[in-house]
Amino acid sequence: MENKKTVLVIGAGPAGISAAKSLANDNISVTVLEKEDTFGGNINNWAKLFPNFKDAGEVKSSLIQNFVNNQNIKIVYNKKVTELKKHNQKWIANTSDGEVFESDAAILSTGFKVFDAQYKEELGYGIYPNVITSVEFEKMYKNGKILTVQGSVPKKIAFLNCVGSRDEKVGNHYCSRICCIAAVKQAIEFKELYPQSEAFIFYMDIRMAGQFYEELYRKSQEKHGVVYIRGRISETSSTIDKKVQIKAEDTLAATPLRMTVDMLVLMIGVEASKSTTILSKQNNIDGPYGFAKSKDIHTADNYSNENGLFLAGSCKRPLTLTETIADGKSAAISVVEYLKQTK
Amino acid sequence: MEEFTKKYWKDYQKEIADDNFYYERSCIRQSFFPGSEAAFLKILRDILGKNIIDDPNQHTCTGIGYHSDIVPFDTTMTVVARIFSLMKDHGVNNFIPSCVTSFGIFNEVVETWNHFPEEYEKTKLFLKQATGRDFEIPQNISHASDIIYKYRKELKEKMPYRLVNRNTGKPLRVVEHIGCHYSKLFAKKSEGGMEFPKVLVGMIEEWGGEVIDYPERRHCCGFGFRQYLVMANRGYSVANTKKKFESMQPYKPDFIVANCPGCTMFMDRWQYTIAEMEGKTYDDNKMGIPVLTYEEMAGLLLGFNPWDLGLQLHQVQVEPLLDKIGIPYDPKDKYVGKSGNFLGEPEKPENLVTVYGK
Repeated sequence: MENKKTVLVIGAGPAGISAAKSLANDNISVTVLEKEDTFGGNINNWAKLFPNFKDAGEVKSSLIQNFVNNQNIKIVYNKKVTELKKHNQKWIANTSDGEVFESDAAILSTGFKVFDAQYKEELGYGIYPNVITSVEFEKMYKNGKILTVQGSVPKKIAFLNCVGSRDEKVGNHYCSRICCIAAVKQAIEFKELYPQSEAFIFYMDIRMAGQFYEELYRKSQEKHGVVYIRGRISETSSTIDKKVQIKAEDTLAATPLRMTVDMLVLMIGVEASKSTTILSKQNNIDGPYGFAKSKDIHTADNYSNENGLFLAGSCKRPLTLTETIADGKSAAISVVEYLKQTK
Repeated sequence: MEEFTKKYWKDYQKEIADDNFYYERSCIRQSFFPGSEAAFLKILRDILGKNIIDDPNQHTCTGIGYHSDIVPFDTTMTVVARIFSLMKDHGVNNFIPSCVTSFGIFNEVVETWNHFPEEYEKTKLFLKQATGRDFEIPQNISHASDIIYKYRKELKEKMPYRLVNRNTGKPLRVVEHIGCHYSKLFAKKSEGGMEFPKVLVGMIEEWGGEVIDYPERRHCCGFGFRQYLVMANRGYSVANTKKKFESMQPYKPDFIVANCPGCTMFMDRWQYTIAEMEGKTYDDNKMGIPVLTYEEMAGLLLGFNPWDLGLQLHQVQVEPLLDKIGIPYDPKDKYVGKSGNFLGEPEKPENLVTVYGK
């Protein structure tokens, strides 16, 4: 009887889960190495998902069906892969605690990390407590309340897009793709919680490229009265009552603007995770901005230039959750193709 | 929060030389704040025991002319090269500009030379042809406030006074203002970065004071070169300064400290202008908020005579602040010159109170 083929999946986020399940369905033995003590990756940071406000927990539950108790999938938690190398046609993963895993192929599904907003010093994150990130907003929303650090309901809230994206100063020229629609979603959520409060979104361009995004953008204005201001915030400071003073330029009105809000939400962008960058570099598949580089973005997007090493999800570039799940499956198909050739 | 802030300041900490300095004086400070540079030299020589050259042959850096589009950059580079050649004559290689504009100029020129070696070669040629002199790029360029910041702990040990209200025992509430060209041209050449520089905060906190974080803390002081230098634009200048005062007023600052000649000057003098134009002052006793240079602040705490520091030449009078700290002074000596002769009292404004206790 022929030995089962083995695949290492590095990262148990949506892409890794999706890939592992598809491979397991093909009777391939999969070992998933996850650096955290749970699966799900960045999906754990979301309460509801755009564009349909579906509960992120439900999506996760659906995603992990046939993942956790799958006899072809072994999930190993708290395993941070520090080295991934090919040796004698096998992929060898070394972990930070000295364990070694071996397989016939490997999938990098190490995902993304969010931009550290402290690098945009002028926005006051880490200095002024009522300046928060979109991830922190999401956590608050999950708990049912959006409150200032003083414990009050914000009468005025502002969201700032492109924090760490499309920004030469921080070295990220690319668009993170999910922040515009996430701001629309969060502004609506805020207005639904507190209809009497005001919500403003500061933006450079509103990029509503996904299905139903544009409709949601319109709805946010027509139904919820969210106000959009084209201009970036140049500076924040604290007022004597701990509100956040914003300075910006309204580039449509061609005038500088000063506004005081109770809370400022920074829509932080997507960056390559540390593991993505390190493991890509080790295998000479590192692309721009620390993301992993696929063999061909059109025809072989799940392949890397290293035979047997595959890419899934946002380790390649910023992707939506929908795209990430689909990309995990796509990576699995590519792995199966490869394993068939290497019989 | 504090932990984050500390981490970032650490990232931005720069190297500051510790001895053998060449001091580049400011064009305007000796008129506006005549005791400040003398105090700096005294602190470095007599208190810290440093070797610092105060060269009578030094000259302008061209900063104000350059930023007013009067002096072309080639000229600025050559003039700066000549100053560096004077430093070379003295055998030291750590450069300290007194002025923040100059600090920006020297850094801009050196960065230009580092990025465009052909400009460096051209400047060497220009200087040689014009003066027959050679120069070397300084090993270290630190602003004078960086030096005081570096030695703030050592100085504290020598200070008989603290930035504490002697009547209440509470820290004095201080507005700090950093000159734009200290950190906004080259963030990494500053102590603490572009947005939240630490250079004055470090001194204030070390010496017992409390820094006020008011909304317009980072707003322009009102100088801005062309805002002021072009007479038609002066309304912009005073409007900017007014915006800062209105923003800081609710916090009831005891005084303001700045590290730039222009900022110190405008935040001091425009209080007079606003008071005379609108009858408005930003303190409780209509005397205005005192504005100090960091050398004056250090000098006062070190026990220097306030009148030797030139504080009587400020527009906003400082006696209420001296009393809060508990610094002794003799009112009779206020307008006595170095010769010992009475110099006469300045004309009194209509609205801004300049005589303490009246």
